[in-house]
Amino acid sequence: MNRQITQVFGLMLILFAVLVGASSWWTVFGADGLKDNSANRRDLLQEQRIPRGLILTDNGDTAARSTRLGSGNSLRYVRTYPTGNLFSHVFGYSFIQLGRAGLERSENDALAGNQNEFSSIVDELLNRPQEGFDLHTTLDAGAQRLARQLLAGKGRGSVVAIEPKTGRVRVMLSLPDYDPNNIPQDFKQLNRDPSSPLFNRATQSGYPPGSTMKVVTASAALDSGRYTPNSVVSGKSPKIVGGVPLSNCCTEGSGNFGALTLTEALAKSVNTVWGEVGEKLGKNTMFEYMRRFGFDSKPPIDLPRDELRSSGVYGRGGKLLDEHDAIDIGRVAIGQERLNVTPLQMAEVAATIANGGVRMRPQLVDRVVARDGRVKERRKPEEVQRVIKESTAREVTQMMQGVVANGTATAAQIPGVQVAGKTGTAEVDNGAANQAWFIAFAPANDPKVAIAVTVERTQGEGGTVAAPIAKQIMQYLLGKG
Amino acid sequence: MSARTREFFGLIPVALMVTAGFTAVLITRSSQISTATLTYGAVFLGLCVFAHFFVRARLPDADPYMFPLAALLAGFGLVMIYRINPDLARKQAQWFVFGLIVFCATIVFLRDHRTLERYRYTIAAVSIALLLAPRLPGIGGATNGAYLSVSFGAFQFQPAEFAKIGVIIFLASYLRDTRDVLVRGRFPHLSLKHFGPLLIIWGAAMLMLIFIRDLGSSLMFFGAFLALLYVATSRLSFVAGGLGLFALGAWFLGSHIQHVQDRVTVWKDPFKPGLVEHEGYQIAQGLFAQADGGLFGKGFGQALLQSPYGGTLLPAPHTDLIYAVITDELGLFGAVGLLVVYLLFIDRGFKTALVAGDAFSKLLATGLTAVVAIQVFVIVGGVTKVIPLTGVTLPLVSYGGSSIVANLLLLALLLIVSDHARREPHAAGGVVR
Repeated sequence: MNRQITQVFGLMLILFAVLVGASSWWTVFGADGLKDNSANRRDLLQEQRIPRGLILTDNGDTAARSTRLGSGNSLRYVRTYPTGNLFSHVFGYSFIQLGRAGLERSENDALAGNQNEFSSIVDELLNRPQEGFDLHTTLDAGAQRLARQLLAGKGRGSVVAIEPKTGRVRVMLSLPDYDPNNIPQDFKQLNRDPSSPLFNRATQSGYPPGSTMKVVTASAALDSGRYTPNSVVSGKSPKIVGGVPLSNCCTEGSGNFGALTLTEALAKSVNTVWGEVGEKLGKNTMFEYMRRFGFDSKPPIDLPRDELRSSGVYGRGGKLLDEHDAIDIGRVAIGQERLNVTPLQMAEVAATIANGGVRMRPQLVDRVVARDGRVKERRKPEEVQRVIKESTAREVTQMMQGVVANGTATAAQIPGVQVAGKTGTAEVDNGAANQAWFIAFAPANDPKVAIAVTVERTQGEGGTVAAPIAKQIMQYLLGKG
Repeated sequence: MSARTREFFGLIPVALMVTAGFTAVLITRSSQISTATLTYGAVFLGLCVFAHFFVRARLPDADPYMFPLAALLAGFGLVMIYRINPDLARKQAQWFVFGLIVFCATIVFLRDHRTLERYRYTIAAVSIALLLAPRLPGIGGATNGAYLSVSFGAFQFQPAEFAKIGVIIFLASYLRDTRDVLVRGRFPHLSLKHFGPLLIIWGAAMLMLIFIRDLGSSLMFFGAFLALLYVATSRLSFVAGGLGLFALGAWFLGSHIQHVQDRVTVWKDPFKPGLVEHEGYQIAQGLFAQADGGLFGKGFGQALLQSPYGGTLLPAPHTDLIYAVITDELGLFGAVGLLVVYLLFIDRGFKTALVAGDAFSKLLATGLTAVVAIQVFVIVGGVTKVIPLTGVTLPLVSYGGSSIVANLLLLALLLIVSDHARREPHAAGGVVR
């Protein structure tokens, strides 16, 4: 009998080995699959038990904080947003029922205090409960508030202001907006609202850029060596561009012009000149420079990828077109055709020229700081690429100064400060309304701020609606407000 | 060092570990060390030492490791239950004390386990009656579709826990008598006389499936029966035939009894949309909890059992899913450690069977040990989705009065067998292992 008893024991050993194997599978090898299972709400619930870090503006104002509710088993934290609507889109929200948006989503690891395995084990041994890290952002609450005030008087739209040398985003505004504190109650209604208040227009809206695009065309024209600021081009109207007559009426500075220099043509925003320049440069050169400015790809900003949109020429079904497609490049060069851009992209165009032709990574987060004051991470300014030569940037700057000094954007003049800018007015709704634009930077000789302002469906033009807003925000950020 | 002194020294680290466990739970609960943990540890040690003196007086030669191992499991269970719900832990502690009294009473009054053979038919009848009791109107009732408990007012009782001991005693005794016939029988000459017991037990297992509708318990009973049958006859053909019959019956019932069928569907894919929030919720949440544990676990008191928004996240954490809580908090290492403790206990049980002098003792020790091992397999296998999840307890660890009392009774029987087994070679000048 003893042999059989030993065999039965052996069988039990095998059964237990199976149990060890199954336990190892679920805890280690197959654990990731279980954690990703949509029915698994443990991580989500667990995160409700961690006090998330604050989101702070550049001035140190708290824009998001966690409030403790309950205790023991029902202990949890809920987010409140003391600044209300001011930063709705860029900071977003975080609620268990609805998930997250904005920086709350893209910077979740920092805000929840998630660290590498080793640091977590050390913290556990020291019996330190997990705590979120504070997010110090680059946004200026005062400028944001001013922008919101000014833009709200004009309707819907967006403002993005960037520090050109560093890429630090100082203002990112989208109207209409929402109060993140009310998201749990209002989400369904906001989601259905036809004015799309949940949408971050600064990074998700594709607007026709109008004449602001001429800054990109001018950069390509000069940088490719095919033109100089003094090249003379005929400004007659109409002119055949892309096989179809293009005229100067219906946009700013209408009418028939004689021969003029590119500098004059930018100041007066002459469509037929820039259409011809674009056509002469051709699709390859135009797309080359557009891509260098950041078109055709999502901007490398610290927001969730799906809250970003690429700027570019959109074909049917939202497909991005390129130089191999049938495109009227002359009209792309003046911001028409099927060109769609985000306000962030146009702010980057202004900032790149302001920064001597080097495009910086737009940056929203300055540093991640632990509760005890240790800086966990400092985000340094990053160069993305050189877009145009420094000399080209200087020339384009001078041309853009002409726009403000004696062109379409005299409303953006700031006493004692050289401002470089470009207006844009694109017709929408079959000419019933305009998409008004203004992009600018100042001071022109040592830029501290670059800006893009756009207003949806207005009766005014870039120079009358958008430029005054940009002027006041720049004044504020330059300390001259 | 005598066996009893070894047992005594074995209890000290057990008490220390229980104290450490309570300390860990209390620290996470209130962020402070309280002397209460020392009290709990001391009381636990006192109770074990008290029982130890009974063993010392009545069973001086019994295996010295089994009692400390069982005490470790029970103590660990108390810590886990305390962590899940202190009120339940208090009740469980009372049941543990009552179980120790039953344990001591058994070793005082049952001087020789072989006297049990005389009452084997009575024991068998009582066991079957116990098994069927949950179907009786008035006292019985179904939980999750299985008839596992009877209740008298507030008092609940799981008869299967006691019935398993009775059935093992009966089978050990019955097979000792008939094994010669079974061994000698050859195929052409096998009559109903040889097949009889096998068929009867198979029928009983099937009846259990039908009547108490619990795959887990019937697997446990039938598994222990096959182990005994094999040890008694050493004929694999019986085991294979038995397994085949059981599989056939289980398949038939699985496809005809809705409750069993549901369990199997859920087991196949608990994450299926529509299932995962309802029938599959328990097993899916158990697996999620284990995945959360990882290698080292989250630490005592750190597992998420309840949703902070109210409601339970992990159902039945103190009974069916206690293994998932253990894995969540102590990780794979803790869970495997627990399985190793069970294996050590099982190892001592089979050793007892090996050194036992007579067939009844060998079969009894084998059966009692095997039923514990299979019970662990059934519940841990259920929680880890090796087999369909059923509601048997994790012996000595899960919350449940019947379970802990029955398992301490089972331990007493094993120690009695062990004492006799080890004393006889001792008296004859043999070697004590």
